[in-house]
Amino acid sequence: MAAEMEPPPLGNAGETDFRELEDGEDLFVSTVTTLEYPEPSSPEPASLPAEDISINSNGPKQKDVSFDDDPEDLFAEATEEVSLDSPEREPILSDGPSPAITPVTPTTMLTPRMDLGAADMFERSLDEIEEDNNGDTFDIHIAVSDPEKVGDGMNAYMGYKVTTKTSMTIFNKNETTVRRRFSDFLGLHSKLASKYLHIGYIVPPAPEKSIVGMTKVKVGKEDLSSAEFVEKRRSALERYLMRTVKHPVLLKDPDVIMFLESSELPRAVSTQALSGAGILRMVNKAADAVNKMTIKMNESDAWFEEKHQQFENLDLQLRKLHASVESLVCHRKELSVNTASFAKSAAMLGNSEDHTALSRALSQLAEVEEKIDRLHQDQAYADFYLFSELLGDYVRLITAVKSVFDQRMKTWSKWQDTQLLLQKKRESEAKLQFANKPDKLQQAKDEIKEEIEELEGKVEQGEKDFELISKTIRKEVSRFEKERVKDFKAVIIKYLESLVQTQQQLIKYWEAFLPEAKAIA
Amino acid sequence: MMEEDREGLLRVSAHTIRVTEAVRDGDSLTFIVISQKLSGSGEYHVARTHEDFEWLQQCLFSQEEVPGVLGVIFPPLPAKPHLNASTKVLKQLGFLVMGKEWCTYCKALEIYLQQVAANTRLNKNKCLENFLTSSDAPGQQRVRKSIFNRLSQAVEGLRKEGHKDVDDFFQTERDNNFTLTGCSKSATERFLDVVLTEQKLAVACGHLSTCLHLCVEQRDDGTAQAFSQICVKLSEVVDLMKKNFENVAENNLSTLGLGLDLETRYQEAKKEMLYRRTCKLVELETASKNAERAKPIRKAAMDDLKMKSEKEFDQISGVAKQEIARFHSVHVKLLHQALILWCEKQLETAKETSASYSQHLQAFKDLGE
Repeated sequence: MAAEMEPPPLGNAGETDFRELEDGEDLFVSTVTTLEYPEPSSPEPASLPAEDISINSNGPKQKDVSFDDDPEDLFAEATEEVSLDSPEREPILSDGPSPAITPVTPTTMLTPRMDLGAADMFERSLDEIEEDNNGDTFDIHIAVSDPEKVGDGMNAYMGYKVTTKTSMTIFNKNETTVRRRFSDFLGLHSKLASKYLHIGYIVPPAPEKSIVGMTKVKVGKEDLSSAEFVEKRRSALERYLMRTVKHPVLLKDPDVIMFLESSELPRAVSTQALSGAGILRMVNKAADAVNKMTIKMNESDAWFEEKHQQFENLDLQLRKLHASVESLVCHRKELSVNTASFAKSAAMLGNSEDHTALSRALSQLAEVEEKIDRLHQDQAYADFYLFSELLGDYVRLITAVKSVFDQRMKTWSKWQDTQLLLQKKRESEAKLQFANKPDKLQQAKDEIKEEIEELEGKVEQGEKDFELISKTIRKEVSRFEKERVKDFKAVIIKYLESLVQTQQQLIKYWEAFLPEAKAIA
Repeated sequence: MMEEDREGLLRVSAHTIRVTEAVRDGDSLTFIVISQKLSGSGEYHVARTHEDFEWLQQCLFSQEEVPGVLGVIFPPLPAKPHLNASTKVLKQLGFLVMGKEWCTYCKALEIYLQQVAANTRLNKNKCLENFLTSSDAPGQQRVRKSIFNRLSQAVEGLRKEGHKDVDDFFQTERDNNFTLTGCSKSATERFLDVVLTEQKLAVACGHLSTCLHLCVEQRDDGTAQAFSQICVKLSEVVDLMKKNFENVAENNLSTLGLGLDLETRYQEAKKEMLYRRTCKLVELETASKNAERAKPIRKAAMDDLKMKSEKEFDQISGVAKQEIARFHSVHVKLLHQALILWCEKQLETAKETSASYSQHLQAFKDLGE
């Protein structure tokens, strides 16, 4: 929310004002063009319209005033998200206004603006949003279930039921059920990424697209691999939503709430695999990669250096771990197949055997082996859905973390670029002093003065942005780390419980078989 | 106590024969064979190589003086253990070579010796006594040519296996044996696949455990410590999983694996015996035909041949019937024991593992609480 701000004069005074402002509230800049909050009366702040940092825009001067009608473009920033298996891994950011949101006349959205320097501002920073839960404790459970194929042929899609159970007051009801399709999830992520990634929030990545997997489902292939694919996707979607709402800021995002509650959602079109927008994004990503190579940041903060390295290491380790667990899953499936095969041949052996008791015992043997096979399958399921997918999720999450670090670098870079530009303008101004065309001089001087003022404002903004994103990242990383420990612990406990359960079941099977084996005369 | 030296009676009590260990000597294995004297006054300790065992087997095959010896189901000797062989060869040997320190192989040899010693048609052979009691290795002695060779030469070129039998009992036995041989071979091979996969899983767990250790972070702060703790604890569990797979695999191969392997080889041995009898049958039928068609000059000779053949055939059939009856009870007993032992061992392992898992689960829940 913009505080009213007079164009800061050059010199220290302006800076001091600026600082005061900072103490009170942090400004945040959003790139969403339009937005909507269902209850304007709620203390939740409206997002700002995009601040177009190009030279032609309205400068900081006009931040407080007009929510101009020029729908500003979102930065179609292609953050890097690396997939573990699928080649295309672009987080698809919304271009253009979110279709889910209808523009509302901005003036009604603003909470009253405060004077510069006043400590009691209504505008809430995201910090405050985070802390204030309206007295709610975090209590929300989302389930994704009942995958159902809708439609026929290549236009078919899988619809999922999303059930939200909660006691939190930001939601309309305690229990809501809606139907969503995969592109809806992608659309949600896209919106969240475009709103929050560039200001330093770690937005959980959405599950991956899979053209092969979906095609199988579309053409109606009813085999085991299709069923597995759907189940894998269903589980991934559920984890994705839970991770998203665990983030205190994202939980309160209107897009998230609408996703969970609204019965109809406009179709997110820009997620189509080979759309024109997709190609544009790929171009942007290439440009970004080039930029990244040339940005050399003077890191003044050792913390960031350290953390960056730490995440690089963690990324490597988790990938190795993931590969190792996948190998375990693979072998266990193989064991299941071999056990089933042995069970069959044991049954045949039992049938051929003359001696009645031995024959019976061999048949029992076959049955025990079949049961054990099912245990192997259950365990492989746990291996995969608990352990392997957890690791996969975190590898993907870490790429989101890395991209947030990149955003900080970009913010720094923009700031520095603006500073350079300012310097050049000042040099031009100085040169003008010694020019010899008096009539044009004054005009030129005025022009330059204006430009310089504008740039000074931008430089200040740039520095503020940089400091803000740095601060946000520190918090986010801390939250992420705590969450990581909790997450791993919770999942591993579940995994261990599955091991214990399997083992106890196995004991029962052996105990039941022993008398059968002994009964051979 | 005077040692009874009755003619032909084995001085050793059959069921006390043990093959206790395999000693590796460069590229060869030597097996320690221990048996109790029948008189109860002590033990025999001998060291034998696989060549020695082969020598014994050849001796048994060469017993022409035993009437109807072709009807005996010879206990099968396990194939030679190659120490540095290719995986293919090892896979052929299957369960016997997979156990810890050749335990399973020794057990197979032990059962072989026990079965030989328990068979009244085989245990009077001096070679067996020699094998079990003499401190000298017998393997270098020359053995008489095996009787089997002569027979197979005689009826070369004929497809005899499917040759219809004159006796319903034997026809049934042959049919059943044919099915059982196939089934047991298949079951053995598939069980082998199971055990191999279990061993692979153990290796995968080891690898996973190492990866988890690599995730331990050196930093001082709280979350790093917590995460490192989780990784370490989890790797302990994974080590348990590894141990479990190793034990399960070992139990499998040393009990049921061995049992199935024995079953397969015994069914094969029975098949060979039945085949020998069938060959004799063919020989008899040929001799009969020849005798019928023979010209008067040769008729007497042909008749003689036929009579000889008939006598041998009857002897073989007689012995075979007894052997088959014995075989049935032996093979049931062997499988029975294998199944019980298998179940008991797996149950014990499962209980141990379950207790360990539960312990670790609790420790995990208590982490950082």
